[in-house]
Amino acid sequence: MRLINRKPGRLLGVALMMVPFLAVLLAYSVGSEMRLAINPQDKLLPAVSQVVETAERLLTVPDKRSGKILFWTDTAASLQRLGIGVAISALIGLVFGLAIGLLPFVRAGLAGFVSVASMVPPLAILPILFIMFGLGEVSKVALVTIGITPFVIRDLAQRVVELPTELIVKAQTLGASSWVIATRVALPQIMPRLIQSVRLSLGPAWLFLIASEAIAAQGGLGYRIFLVRRYLAMDVILTYVIWITLLAFLFDLLLRRLSNRLYPWAGEGSL
Amino acid sequence: MTTARTFLVTLAAAGLLATGPAMAQEKTEFKVAWSIYVGWMPWGYMEDSGIMDKWAEKYGIDVEIVQINDYIESINQYTAGAFDGVSATNMDTLSIPSGGGVDTTALIVGDYSNGNDAVILKGPGDLASLAGKPVNLVELSVSHYLLARGLDSVGLAERDLAGVINTSDADMIAAYATSDVQAVVTWNPLVSAILQEPGATKLFDSSDIPGEIIDLMVVNTDVLAANPAFGKALVGAWYETMALMSSDTPEGAAARSEMGVASGTDLAGYEAQLASTEMFYDPAAAVTFTKSAALPATMVSVAEFLFDKGILGEGAPGADFVGVAYPDGSITGDAGNVQFRFDTTYMDMAAAGAL
Repeated sequence: MRLINRKPGRLLGVALMMVPFLAVLLAYSVGSEMRLAINPQDKLLPAVSQVVETAERLLTVPDKRSGKILFWTDTAASLQRLGIGVAISALIGLVFGLAIGLLPFVRAGLAGFVSVASMVPPLAILPILFIMFGLGEVSKVALVTIGITPFVIRDLAQRVVELPTELIVKAQTLGASSWVIATRVALPQIMPRLIQSVRLSLGPAWLFLIASEAIAAQGGLGYRIFLVRRYLAMDVILTYVIWITLLAFLFDLLLRRLSNRLYPWAGEGSL
Repeated sequence: MTTARTFLVTLAAAGLLATGPAMAQEKTEFKVAWSIYVGWMPWGYMEDSGIMDKWAEKYGIDVEIVQINDYIESINQYTAGAFDGVSATNMDTLSIPSGGGVDTTALIVGDYSNGNDAVILKGPGDLASLAGKPVNLVELSVSHYLLARGLDSVGLAERDLAGVINTSDADMIAAYATSDVQAVVTWNPLVSAILQEPGATKLFDSSDIPGEIIDLMVVNTDVLAANPAFGKALVGAWYETMALMSSDTPEGAAARSEMGVASGTDLAGYEAQLASTEMFYDPAAAVTFTKSAALPATMVSVAEFLFDKGILGEGAPGADFVGVAYPDGSITGDAGNVQFRFDTTYMDMAAAGAL
């Protein structure tokens, strides 16, 4: 039997999936053990048990000053910024993507601009964003939005352009107006693509969120990470990193499920 | 097979990480890190001008001086063992390497901030008028310490403010220009840039607490003990550069000008910053300062600030968790956990011309 045709069983599949995770954990433990043997107070690679202890404390012990559990307030603050930013991007991306894809006049006017704008590194023009949006919540949402919207627009516009011409022609022979074609032909076809696009944008969105929180903030996951970096509290940082990874993974999974549930015909959510 | 390879690669990566803190053994190659700050610009100049190489050669070793763009990252790298020495303040040395169990010696006491760090208010007012206002600063930094000392002097505390907002030093000037920001605490060259804005008022600066924010070259104690040549070469090169940059000659001006350009300003701008820095050009002056009774008092006050903010780490039972040793052999903090040493041995040699 050829190697490409041999498939692991369910149990073996799960076991194989766990191997790289366990390998990383083991490699970390070994590294941590070696450093701690030299310096028991080493902060760079704290022992796994210490990270677990710190995680427990972060999740249960309220802050002395505010009486709140900072872990949850940080999470809420970050998710709110991320959620608003991504939602705005998705909406703008959908509207402009449809318009650019369907209307030649809009395409002539905007397609070039969007592709150039998507190349501007947002982090490099931060001082301008500060003056425009201030230093508060708006600037953080704006950074996420500016960071990912051009990508979403381009992706959706491309997908609209790729719609089979036959479909559009057929709709026209049946008497559909431009509006009806946009809302009844193009829109349903690109909805699964929008979800896909948002899934792909979530990685960069987290990046921009954490960058914006690192620059000026009073709370948030990125804020906490950059704050405790000042005294190399890797136990706190690692807890937050694992949490962010988990959240990002869950969102990805949810969007994939959503896509499969709503648009099973699209077959987008396989990987 | 892929997983096996992944495993090997990660194991190798972990192995690299685990090479860890520089072990105490004789060696001939050393690396020190520095970051841009008025009192540390000589380090870049020493590397570029060949003064460092000259002294390293004299002692038969090789010293590489590396500039790191991010100050905190440079200290973290030193703490993790990537460098044998780093330029740092007394406060950050206590909290990061010493708090992290890396026994560290202050080899060179270079200067103290005498106005380089400042609390600045947008518009007229005094320290008391900060009450109820938000303040932008790099949290947990010397700026934060300066603010705490300033508020203390007028009977206020951080809780009387509308909050402190952690703001990256790289974006401080842009942040000051936005309407949300009412007050900032930062350091030079940012202070001079912000004070040029119309309406900016300096409320409090480090000349009000002279000698408390000290800029050092700190090195790994074990490395220094095993390699006295490393200490001699660094100190020798440093004081040759000090003599050059403090001299009123064309060469001195050229050196200062080069350091100014490297820090993003010019000769005049750099000299203005030097004016608010108490540089110890003379090793004897640095020794006198390090041996003064004021230093232990400062370190205790810094340790209390760090403990109060939770910066000494979760394992720290109190402000005296880390021991600090002084040239006369006295110790503040825990005598069983001395991780930070002020040692004038090498500066004494420089003062005596014995290098």
